[in-house]
Amino acid sequence: MSNDGCGAPAGGVTVGASTGSQTIVQGRVTQNGAAVATGYARLLNSGGDFVAEVPLGDDGGFRFFAAPGTWTLRVLAPGGVRAERTVSADTGRVTELEVAV
Amino acid sequence: MSRSDVLVDAGWVEAHHGDAGVVLVEVDEDTSAYGKGHIPDAVKIDWKTDLQDPVRRDFVDKAGFEALLSERGISNDDTVVLYGGNNNWFAAYAYWYFKLYGHHNVKLLDGGRKKWELESRELVTDVPQRASTSYTAQDQDSSIRAFRDETVAAIGKLNLVDVRSPDEFAGRLLAPAHLPQEQAQRGGHIPTAKNVPWSKAAEEDGTFKTDDALRTLYGDEAGVDFGKDTIAYCRIGERSAHTWFVLHELLGQPNVKNYDGSWTEYGSLVGVPIEVGDGK
Repeated sequence: MSNDGCGAPAGGVTVGASTGSQTIVQGRVTQNGAAVATGYARLLNSGGDFVAEVPLGDDGGFRFFAAPGTWTLRVLAPGGVRAERTVSADTGRVTELEVAV
Repeated sequence: MSRSDVLVDAGWVEAHHGDAGVVLVEVDEDTSAYGKGHIPDAVKIDWKTDLQDPVRRDFVDKAGFEALLSERGISNDDTVVLYGGNNNWFAAYAYWYFKLYGHHNVKLLDGGRKKWELESRELVTDVPQRASTSYTAQDQDSSIRAFRDETVAAIGKLNLVDVRSPDEFAGRLLAPAHLPQEQAQRGGHIPTAKNVPWSKAAEEDGTFKTDDALRTLYGDEAGVDFGKDTIAYCRIGERSAHTWFVLHELLGQPNVKNYDGSWTEYGSLVGVPIEVGDGK
């Protein structure tokens, strides 16, 4: 993971193991079992406000470094595809999501 | 200045991307996105390796900017249309940069790469070959760039607009939620700053909200005084370039500066005042 600026990791995010005290929400987006590589994952806070957005990786993956609490994950993809999941995140834990659209 | 002077839509780009005198430029947060597919005839500028000094924390200088644009085949008279992902975040940063060095005719593709992709419009991998030019830049326009001392002096006097997320503003996070948490020594915000997250200026498809909605957002809801000068900041100056675009280019506020040192500088300064907690 790049740590040298505001840039997203090259090619989106490839989901993998995580360590440390970060609060991570990550997962993959699939359609009929196949990765959705063109699309966007948006993280909204408990008030419904936008916090961050990443393009999906080649494996349909996304990752956010969040704070402990309840979040909404929204997926947008071509063809008007939308999906939403509510997740609860804790410090030091990786919250995994599989989003089938 | 009005919105039609600084924004184009996808239909315009589809009709004009190959015109002489029009140069489409992709500037993306994810700098590998261009290689996976871009709008036909678009060239790429890398916000980091092309626009930032490799050693000092600063932009490439005037000569560096001239060399970059000359090499990409961009002329002083060209209409430059910028686009990128994440609500045009980094495209707006590049727009500010082009204005900083005096490029006259520059616009954003409203909605940027995301809207283009979500509408399944054409993306290609062919890299256009453009003949090099002899680009001449102007000296940096100090009327749109703020430095730390004037930002400290603005506390309680000018509008300070902190465009980071509410959790960063409050000091609970030190970076956007899709990046590792690090950077500044301290969390929080500059006292008297109003928190208007940059992304509130955009619709979900990445297009900018209407002028009326934007005036309500900054003025009525956040308490930005349109009669005063404004300094916008974020963490490293990119998100606040997006807000600079909204306030200066769309709403026509006359004196708006982007403080590109932003929180990574301010939050590491010794002795300056910091507030923590949610906005008032």
